[in-house]
Amino acid sequence: MPKDPTLKKILVIGSGPIVIGQAAEFDYAGTQACEALKEEGLEVVLVNSNPATIMTDTHIADKVYIEPLSAEFITQVIRKERPDGLLPTLGGQTGLNLAVELARQGVLEREGVRLLGTDLRAITNAEDRDLFRELMNELNEPVPESTIVQDVEQAVRFAEENGYPVIVRPAYTLGGTGGGIAGSEQELREIVENGLRYSPINQCLIEKSIAGYKEIEYEVMRDAADSCIVVCNMENFDPVGVHTGDSIVFAPSQTLSDREYHMLRNSALKIIRALDIRGGCNIQFALDPDSFRYYVIEVNPRVSRSSALASKATGYPIARIAAKIALGYTLDELKNPVTRQTYACFEPTTDYVVSKIPRWPFDKFVSANRKLGTQMKATGEVMAIGRTLEESLLKAVRSLEIGLDYLQLPEAGKISDEVLAERIEKADDERLFLLAEWFRRGHSLEKAHSLTKIDRLFLYKIERLVKFEQELKAAPELSKDLLLKAKRFGLTDRTIGSLVNQTEVEIRALRKESGILPVYKMVDTCAAEFAAETPYYYSTYETEDEVVKGNRQSIIVLGSGPIRIGQGVEFDYATVHAIWAIREAGYEAVIINNNPETVSTDFNTSDRLYFEPLCKEDVLNIIEKENPLGVIVQFGGQTALNLARDLSEEGIRILGTSLEEIDRAEDRKKFEQLLRDYHIAQPPGTAVTSADEAVEAAKKLAYPVLVRPSYVLGGRAMEIVYNETELRSYMDQAVKINPKHPVLIDRYLLGKELEVDAICDGEDVLIPGIMEHIERAGVHSGDSIAVYPPQSLAPEHKKRIIGITENIARALKTKGLINIQFVLYQNRMYVLEVNPRASRTVPFLSKITGIQMARVATKIMLGHSLKEQGYTGGLWQESEMVAVKVPVFSFAKLRQVDVTLGPEMKSTGEVMGRDRDYARALYKGMVAAGIEMPRFGTVIATVGDKEKEEAIPLMQRFHQLGYKIVATNGTAKVLEQAGLPVERVKKLKEGSPHILDLIRQGKADFVVNTWTRGRTPERDGFRIRREAVEHGVACLTSLDTVNALLETLESIYLNAEPFQEPACAAENRGM
Amino acid sequence: MKARVLLEDNSLFYGESFGAEGAWVGEVVFNTSMTGYQEILTDPSYCGQIITMTYPLIGNYGIARDDFESMRPHAQGFLVREFAEYASNWRNEMPLAQFLKEYGIIGISGIDTRMLTRKIRLHGTMKAVLTTGDESLQELKERLNTPLMRDQVARVSTKSIHVYPNTGKRVVLMDFGVKHSIVRGLAGRNCEVVTVPYNTSAKEILRFRPDGVVLSNGPGNPKDVPEAIYTIRQLLGKVPIFGVCMGHQLLALACGADTEKMKFGHRGGNQPVKALKTGNTVITSQNHGYAVVKESLQGTGLEVTHIALNDGSVEGLAHQSLPCFSVQYHPESAPGPRDSESLFDHFEKLMESFAQKGESIHA
Repeated sequence: MPKDPTLKKILVIGSGPIVIGQAAEFDYAGTQACEALKEEGLEVVLVNSNPATIMTDTHIADKVYIEPLSAEFITQVIRKERPDGLLPTLGGQTGLNLAVELARQGVLEREGVRLLGTDLRAITNAEDRDLFRELMNELNEPVPESTIVQDVEQAVRFAEENGYPVIVRPAYTLGGTGGGIAGSEQELREIVENGLRYSPINQCLIEKSIAGYKEIEYEVMRDAADSCIVVCNMENFDPVGVHTGDSIVFAPSQTLSDREYHMLRNSALKIIRALDIRGGCNIQFALDPDSFRYYVIEVNPRVSRSSALASKATGYPIARIAAKIALGYTLDELKNPVTRQTYACFEPTTDYVVSKIPRWPFDKFVSANRKLGTQMKATGEVMAIGRTLEESLLKAVRSLEIGLDYLQLPEAGKISDEVLAERIEKADDERLFLLAEWFRRGHSLEKAHSLTKIDRLFLYKIERLVKFEQELKAAPELSKDLLLKAKRFGLTDRTIGSLVNQTEVEIRALRKESGILPVYKMVDTCAAEFAAETPYYYSTYETEDEVVKGNRQSIIVLGSGPIRIGQGVEFDYATVHAIWAIREAGYEAVIINNNPETVSTDFNTSDRLYFEPLCKEDVLNIIEKENPLGVIVQFGGQTALNLARDLSEEGIRILGTSLEEIDRAEDRKKFEQLLRDYHIAQPPGTAVTSADEAVEAAKKLAYPVLVRPSYVLGGRAMEIVYNETELRSYMDQAVKINPKHPVLIDRYLLGKELEVDAICDGEDVLIPGIMEHIERAGVHSGDSIAVYPPQSLAPEHKKRIIGITENIARALKTKGLINIQFVLYQNRMYVLEVNPRASRTVPFLSKITGIQMARVATKIMLGHSLKEQGYTGGLWQESEMVAVKVPVFSFAKLRQVDVTLGPEMKSTGEVMGRDRDYARALYKGMVAAGIEMPRFGTVIATVGDKEKEEAIPLMQRFHQLGYKIVATNGTAKVLEQAGLPVERVKKLKEGSPHILDLIRQGKADFVVNTWTRGRTPERDGFRIRREAVEHGVACLTSLDTVNALLETLESIYLNAEPFQEPACAAENRGM
Repeated sequence: MKARVLLEDNSLFYGESFGAEGAWVGEVVFNTSMTGYQEILTDPSYCGQIITMTYPLIGNYGIARDDFESMRPHAQGFLVREFAEYASNWRNEMPLAQFLKEYGIIGISGIDTRMLTRKIRLHGTMKAVLTTGDESLQELKERLNTPLMRDQVARVSTKSIHVYPNTGKRVVLMDFGVKHSIVRGLAGRNCEVVTVPYNTSAKEILRFRPDGVVLSNGPGNPKDVPEAIYTIRQLLGKVPIFGVCMGHQLLALACGADTEKMKFGHRGGNQPVKALKTGNTVITSQNHGYAVVKESLQGTGLEVTHIALNDGSVEGLAHQSLPCFSVQYHPESAPGPRDSESLFDHFEKLMESFAQKGESIHA
């Protein structure tokens, strides 16, 4: 059936900020969907609160609303735009939940908006645990014994009847938020209580545990004519028990016979048909490793993280096809966009193995619980393609950028056998590496299998790698055959070198001499059965190379790899813009990246996509193959910048700001000199190599001081210390000091932080905008609320910022982007940091100023000056509208992580709020970030002694608004003395009912907590903050944030004031 | 041990032997299924052929007792990128390498199978010579002149008639190299299956008083079994007929249509087939190198019921007046999707209505 002609205007809902469980995959899906709709001549209206997305670019949709994703705001958009249809299944769980809410509220019906694709009944049948179970029973499809509970007692009763362990899954939550496996009643009570809280419908599923079964996923599509296809199936390395988002995954399945494969495929098709889904759907199964018995675990009636992975794994664009199906097309009418000859109604077949490994944030959150369970903890993932499982897996390992290019943890040797066994049994992020250690110690495969339940095939592959490593070590010489074998196993030259006591360079030379070079094969959906022209390649060590180059010169852009804290989707945004600029300029744009979630790895984005690790050897191989005009490293975050050094050493041309200049900004000594030359102030500081030296230096600088290691060893990094005791404790634990890696101590300037992104062509400097941070210096810039344009910056300070920016940009002979962070302290402007590359704020500023910064910067690198592009230098005309960038955190997913903001970045994503004034913009930003802004309510205040004075006027203002103030003794006393009514609550040590009970009972709307000293989880402050986060209560740890929040509340809500005679009148009467 | 593959176009591939030793000349074909290597190897339709799998890891789940499609493998050569030294599955009984060795099948790993597939796609199905020996290139080239076998059906068809007794409809199965799953499909519907050799006469077949006749799949060119074409022509209209794969081609030939050799055929489990009547498209399992010529159907009484979505080739036929129909793909799957199992039900209904009314349900 061709598309429905009554559809003219479509509303697409995005997925909002990046949080754990919902990352860049929905930008990829949404962008594809918008393009697919526009191709059909439809007008597309898009709502998404996340500015760091390609989908919110104004040429992707016809109308873009960067507004909070709440029913209220979307209803407004609907009223304004009057769309004919709403596409609910491409914005992740967020988009789906909103669509359901709008339908339930009757908004869609009232405004005449049709739900496109999968209908509401199908969505609820899949999402509502009870209905889903009923349907599965009707279909005779097995689901694990389970029950739906609305309270804790029901859960306990079920577990008593069916036995522990049981799995708790809250309904309608992202990435399994609030779920877990309970082995005892106590655990069960805790998890269920939490889970009920997180579920928007206060529902949890309690399920008999089938941990240890194989976990298999099917990505299925169906059209209105009932044609169904399986795009891809995937097998988890980790058996059931570890969230699929936290599992290592292979595609296609590796240990299923044809019978098992098709038994589950049949079940998947039966389910998608019964649910009447029109579009994409993800179905997860648990398969007994010892029989044909299986269970259906979960169905997602929408595009998901797995479907993004399946799209990249096979080349089949699920989101694009799902969008077309939603318009009424059938699969057999749509062309397969990869082959362009065959049809979308077929099942992709791969002739390679795909591996996915999650990227966890434990390098940043050292105190977090690293154990993996049913609640997802990864922030991102990498994918790799190889012709052997080992090659694919090892490519994925080095794509992670965790300092490893092989299955060898440097510290693994120190782990005792006991701990090793324990750690492979209870999965954590390092299990893959520990299994290699297990085999290195000669332990058996069977024992590993009985501990882990990981399929023997996977264990065998690891054991075989370890055995091969021993073969290499023992070999009298590295023969050509052995070297080829090593390369086919996916070992890097460096790893091979380290095993045979040679250098990487030697191995590389030997390899070239022996003619062992990688070839690049195409991802084509059909295993070469049909001709395809997809410029989507991966490397392997075989005979035939398939790369087809055009006759234009190419430019390589290095991507930013997996999404992690500090390097998010913003960098992919800039990367995509760079690619577009290169193509516009008439060159062939080549991208190297390994993140399956992103737009940059959509094979339509560039002229050629190499889905490869961003690792020296892999990148050099591609450069040799491509012989590009140059390589662009400015947009790939730290990943690309780190590679720049290696590439430059090999004599490869880096486009844009030169490496020496980048070095000048990053090397402390050279940078200090640069600032001195231009009379630019910098917080006073020094480098020390011992604790005593540190104490001495701190005395001179005066506390508080900012301390950080000049070389981070994966431990704690930056911290603000207030006294000698703290400093000594930092010096003791934080860093292994040696003269090579000194600790840097800077005076901590408690001032206003400002940030600038500029574009420079070596002469002119264009400053799109200055951003002011709400939280004072000391909170990482990525975690502060940023405001554009600055609301309280004197003209002379602005001028100073412009002057400094121009000086530094010119001094560094910047060609492209530069980001500078300032602190204004006692009327003086200091420079904190200079980053000669694209920053996190590029998409935000690009969106509000309309300057496509990454594009302009790329064109500069290609030789077009700012003038040629129609820009003059200086600060760009500031807009009338105010925009704020509000960070979004994923603390609820990460137990034992302190939510207090500090110099280490903790946020996973961001939203933008924009309106005609500051208060409105901030209101939108906060709502979009998920902070509820009730008109009145209760605020719990526990303020440290340092901040008590400062807190009084703030609490006064809460009181004025009608908020009830609850405080513990110390804070209460101070507030009462200031004449405020305060309700007292017990501290933890004073016994129940104490402050935590209050939070648990849902009696708090805001928690203001500044007890930030000390990071040990036992501290009361920590427990209060965690309790707030785990119960979804906004927890404010900076008084600056509180102030901003109050300003907004005050201007959004009108105040009741007693009538008072004007002061002058009273005076007159008194006379 | 080193092994080599020489193609008709003179390309030479080096690999490692992991099956039986020796040399073999045959047609090399590729199959795009990611699972089902055991079913493929034991499918008699591959008799004498050399199979290359496009999926690079073959043998992961070993060999299972219940996954045979005939008593033994029939392909003579098996080319893979990598074979699994270690197999893991609860039903696994032996690794692939051992299986190939036991049945004397040459297996070669380490082949750039994607390159090989691309060559076949470009040049069409080719002859190849496999060897684990150290013959000179010249010797290999000479061996390539060996003519391909044409008597595959005679080799794989049953030598004698045998019966699987059951209580339902009696079906005579003309065995051109039948896959066990076709028998399973019939037996699963309580049919009594009488399997007869490919060259059984119509008279003999009708003597069983069958409710229906199934024409099985089989290897090679359908025109190489003219006696079967003659037999089927005799059966037309006398009994409901259901043809599968080669059976489909033979039915077409019997009705006067023509068949032709395809460039490289359809082999895999992801082939979309469109049913023209309903407009529905299903994913099918296929293995054929010959196809019915669409233009030749005119005047035969046969009409096209199914086409391959991608190349428009004939995938299903039904007679306008006689009780017979056929499909080029495999409703019995094994390996591949089970989306077309209902064709067996359709055949059952056809037999039912023929028995009751003595006429076709197509009429």
